[in-house]
Amino acid sequence: MLRTFRIGGIHPPENKLSAGKKIVRLAVPKQVIIPLSQHIGAPAQAIVKKGDMVKTGTLIAKPGGFVSANIHSSVSGKINKIDSAIDASGYKRTAIFIDVDGDEWEDAIDRSDNLIKDCKLSGKEIIDKIAAAGIVGLGGATFPTQIKLTPPPGNKAEILIINAVECEPYLTSDHILMMEKGEEVLIGVTLLMKAIDVKRAVIGIENNKPDAIKHLTNLASAYPGIEIMPLKVQYPQGGEKQLIDAVIRKQVKSGALPISAGAVVQNVGTSFAVYEAVQKNKPLIERVVTVTGKKLTNPTNLLTRIGTPINALIEEAGGVPENTGKIIGGGPMMGKALVSPDVPVTKGSSGILLLTKEESVRKPMQNCIRCAKCVNVCPMGLNPTLLMNATEFTNWDMAEANYIVDCIECGSCSYTCPANRPLLDYIRLGKGKVMGIIRARKA
Amino acid sequence: MILIAIISLGGIGAAGAALLYATSKKFEVYEDPRVSQVQEVLPAANCGGCGFAGCAGFAAACVKADNLDNLNCPVGGASVMEKVSAILGKEALKTEPTVAVVRCNGDCDARPQLNQYDGVSNCAIAAALYGGETGCSFGCLGMGDCEASCNFDAIHINPVTRLPEVIEDKCTSCGACVKACPKNIIELRKKGPKSRRIYVSCVNQDKGGVARKACTNACIGCSKCEKECAFDAIKVENNLAYIDPVKCRLCRKCVVVCPTMAIHELNFPPRKEKEADSTVKPQKIQPETAATVTPENK
Repeated sequence: MLRTFRIGGIHPPENKLSAGKKIVRLAVPKQVIIPLSQHIGAPAQAIVKKGDMVKTGTLIAKPGGFVSANIHSSVSGKINKIDSAIDASGYKRTAIFIDVDGDEWEDAIDRSDNLIKDCKLSGKEIIDKIAAAGIVGLGGATFPTQIKLTPPPGNKAEILIINAVECEPYLTSDHILMMEKGEEVLIGVTLLMKAIDVKRAVIGIENNKPDAIKHLTNLASAYPGIEIMPLKVQYPQGGEKQLIDAVIRKQVKSGALPISAGAVVQNVGTSFAVYEAVQKNKPLIERVVTVTGKKLTNPTNLLTRIGTPINALIEEAGGVPENTGKIIGGGPMMGKALVSPDVPVTKGSSGILLLTKEESVRKPMQNCIRCAKCVNVCPMGLNPTLLMNATEFTNWDMAEANYIVDCIECGSCSYTCPANRPLLDYIRLGKGKVMGIIRARKA
Repeated sequence: MILIAIISLGGIGAAGAALLYATSKKFEVYEDPRVSQVQEVLPAANCGGCGFAGCAGFAAACVKADNLDNLNCPVGGASVMEKVSAILGKEALKTEPTVAVVRCNGDCDARPQLNQYDGVSNCAIAAALYGGETGCSFGCLGMGDCEASCNFDAIHINPVTRLPEVIEDKCTSCGACVKACPKNIIELRKKGPKSRRIYVSCVNQDKGGVARKACTNACIGCSKCEKECAFDAIKVENNLAYIDPVKCRLCRKCVVVCPTMAIHELNFPPRKEKEADSTVKPQKIQPETAATVTPENK
């Protein structure tokens, strides 16, 4: 009997159309747009100006606060301008535009394919290198990795959990990364274990990727302390708290950090980026992006430079098919419809999904029939219908008392609702409001 | 027989009356009679515009307060506050009547739609999600959170322009729409003599070119109005002009110079011919003036 998390969850059709497709390196575009807000927290501060020449891997923006990250140029060329550009958030935010000229890399970066296993650095030095490389959580939340690796005083991690479940339907970027870069991923995991000083790491992989489980299990025998754990397919297993529950059977209390359960969770893509940063001195300037959709001629996995307009990725996958209703940044469950195909790929872009008009249409909302399906599927044990009503009638006290801030916005409630109620839309709004109220109370 | 019934029922009645009387005396809560007096002169709209849950709460606060400096009923205005001050013998501040003003003029013709939103028809939810269906991420989303928040039927979305329009006669300036609008477009502005007002009908802070591309009616921050104003009432900040209603003397010169016609004048008589010949550009029909001839007002 395979493990999974114990409360709620759904199993939407997997639709992993691009599974098994080899990683293709996408050509460098003519111009990249690198947003300064690619992570959770304060936007980075640009340290270059118009007309500056940069190489691939040059630092172009420094952290703008404690929770923030470095940003490096993903191409070589000239800074065209620093201006506002619409990004995946749907709002205009500051970005650096770089005109590409050749592809000259910073000298310190090792571009060879040689596998470097040994690392003489201390844990602190590894974390410093991760911070310098601007690595953020690549699962989608884009939380700066160095902060997650530095637990608050008094807490000590006991186990490192690697999130390789890829529970979102359609997405396959983590899957193919494990298949093609398995050794690198495992070295990355060893480095992360050293950074937080733990002896045990578990890589959780959902059972719909048997080839990846087999491949990594074979490789892991050479790496002491790393264990591969197949998990039952269940959405949203990639959620931090759900994965901790699935792997070590511990529940993180409301409002507490995963470290309170003795666990640090990192994405498998992040561990590959850590390998490249520490062993190859390569900052986070490219990532694997799944481009997929049922009508797309060639769903694929592309190794893409950060800042490439998603237009270029869709062209590589066969162009926008007729009858496309929505282009989603991310997966179908947690992704967000993009307002324009000129939006750039950022550190957090795991996939691009093209839905047809029929697939993307939202059915009209009906009255709640009190079936409590949403309550059954909520992986946080919340009461979505109650929280939606509390938000609709601006009863913030009630929303807070029913733990609206614990919502992980997985969308299981909206997915399962037979009356097509936009539960998550309202809950997300209420969560934002209540978090604002709590912040104001503390200040 | 009938006598027994009269006596027993009469006795029960008398005992009940005695009990009720005793209870009401024992648990009597003293209420300042002035609270109900004040409440009587209040408009009884219970709109919350004063900051209290309803008129009763406001009345109690008025009686309790040492002075009425921070207390104002926006619905009743100066006349009601005068009555309140007469009852309580406390001086009320003279406040000028205000009215809600919609500072967005990006109708469907001026602001081309770039994408289609099919989520919940609620401005707050749409605003939390993204910048909106047009290139302007500051402008009205048109889903009517203001309309839903209004207790006085004073603000409505025009189905043609998709912009809210204020019915001045009904607006009590309670501020519910100001709070409901996630884009902070609606402002409570001084009503002005004869309801005449001049204001910048735009809140776009993008640079001129970007704003203009997104909406032909946008303020582009060109500062022409700022230079034209003889009373130092206009300030351009973050590529956006703002007219200080206190300093504005309603000369209407800024309205004429604005290249995008983003400055609106309300309830003024038509201009004289010769003025129009020189520099005045033809004025578009303004949504607010159009609003005064809605079916209810005819």
